[in-house]
Amino acid sequence: MKLTDEEKAMRDGRDGRAVARAMDLLIRYGNALGAESFVETRNVCGTVTATTPFLRDFAMAKGGDDAVYSEFNLDSQEVVPVPRVKAFSSHLQLGFDPHHPELMGVDEQVVAFYRRSEAMAARMGVQLMNTCTPYQVGNVPTRGEHCAWMESSAVVYCNSVLGARTNTEGRESANAAMVTGRIPFWGFHLDEGRRGELGIQLDMPVESVEDWGLLGYWMGEWVQNRVAVVSGVGQVPNLPKLKHMGAAASSSGGVELFHLAGVTPEANTAEQAFGGRTPLDVRHYGPAERSATLARINEMGRDTQVDYVMLGCPHYTIEQIWEAACLLEGRKIHENCALWIFTPHAIKSLADRNGYTETIEKAGGLILTDSCSAMSRAVPKGTRVVAMDSVKQAHYLPAILGVQAWFGSTAQCIEAACTGRWRNA
Amino acid sequence: MSETIILKGRCVVPGVAEGEALVTRERISGWGGVDPRTGTIVETRHELRGQSFAGKVLVFQGAKGSSGWSAQFHTARVMGTAPAAWLFNDMCTKVALGTVVSHSPAMTSFDRDPLDLIQTGDWVRVDADTGTVTITRGRHS
Repeated sequence: MKLTDEEKAMRDGRDGRAVARAMDLLIRYGNALGAESFVETRNVCGTVTATTPFLRDFAMAKGGDDAVYSEFNLDSQEVVPVPRVKAFSSHLQLGFDPHHPELMGVDEQVVAFYRRSEAMAARMGVQLMNTCTPYQVGNVPTRGEHCAWMESSAVVYCNSVLGARTNTEGRESANAAMVTGRIPFWGFHLDEGRRGELGIQLDMPVESVEDWGLLGYWMGEWVQNRVAVVSGVGQVPNLPKLKHMGAAASSSGGVELFHLAGVTPEANTAEQAFGGRTPLDVRHYGPAERSATLARINEMGRDTQVDYVMLGCPHYTIEQIWEAACLLEGRKIHENCALWIFTPHAIKSLADRNGYTETIEKAGGLILTDSCSAMSRAVPKGTRVVAMDSVKQAHYLPAILGVQAWFGSTAQCIEAACTGRWRNA
Repeated sequence: MSETIILKGRCVVPGVAEGEALVTRERISGWGGVDPRTGTIVETRHELRGQSFAGKVLVFQGAKGSSGWSAQFHTARVMGTAPAAWLFNDMCTKVALGTVVSHSPAMTSFDRDPLDLIQTGDWVRVDADTGTVTITRGRHS
């Protein structure tokens, strides 16, 4: 790789051992990709803290938090002192909600270990947003901004909806980018990597959060990791709808970028999004594709008695919490069912202030933060059947926990929570 | 005499290693797809479900799934269950970073498709430094 004088100085230790080890990792990673140079980034999202018993034991055996940071965040077997970050850095979701360890099935030792590593991240200058949706709580990159983000649902939102530029980074590359402000100039950072390859023509209105989630899942299954351009969008989708669409598409297919002609920043027209090229293939999405996708997602559902309703994958917006609170007003969650809603802690504060938390808790539901059921592997005791309004969570939860899953609209999910029964629409 | 085949490709992670091949045309998931404690594939509908990649030469199309890919194989390396070497066709950031932090030699961009030439059980020597893969037909074929 071709390095600038600044990058050589960082590699050679001018800014300390941690930065030198971070540059070494980034050079090995850039060479692996076949990248020719780095691009400067001032916006990184990643996982810094440690939440697992395995990492706690590693820290105890190898000499503390610096050893865990060095090995797992920078791939450095030399133990280096933890530095401050150079780039604006946001922390992603955790393996549990530290405010509710008992519900998460986490023991106090692990919480204490996490608290210490959270304090380390804060000292580094990392923003403790603890969410898969940093774009909801103060990290909204501008079009064309070079970012280094982890978390597939955030990556696809960043690229597609915001028009910023990021590859799907991992724990080590994101941590190295935080302390160097560099990431390989490759893939979605380049104009060439962002052009549409496949076309999708909508033959039906796509309007609700449920509709957009289904379209995303269908799209991901077909295009896998290629870039699709969707034409024929009627009603302009808002944040929650595109959040659900991207999360679904990155679960079924690993989509990191899509364009909506006339809506998203790099697609004033379909022609612009294709960069003057002809699509390799075009498929139509209509009622038959929608219902086949819904049937496939719900193939794990058999029993209609629902034990648990999970909302907030990706983390719920304040608009979605408001909707849930309105649907729950004056009602009670069924005695055999539980309702957990996951959101960033900053948004829970707003929900508290607006009275939505009280409404939801009065009904018997809970608002949790920092994590979700798939990340924490935590569900209410004895859960066999889960209902949710997220295609992504319906995709992962049966595989991770062996539960049955029902996917549907938010209103269907709230109805299931209050009656303890799943009803198809 | 056993048959020997030579493949040429591009170095992803330098180094030399050899071992028994484990081959799949399916893509591999990290988070939710492998168990680093045992070095096995655990993805529900994967054709290699339950099989161990520890110490093997893993031959596969590419990576898929969560951005936790590298962290899973990083943990596998620390636990001693990582593959001995990696041969794959499709480059992406997940597989680049994951193979780098595994510290095992890795190659891609071959002159012929390794999925057509290598079978599970073959003995494979990977010399990523010179870009050479040497395949010796296994006992099973």
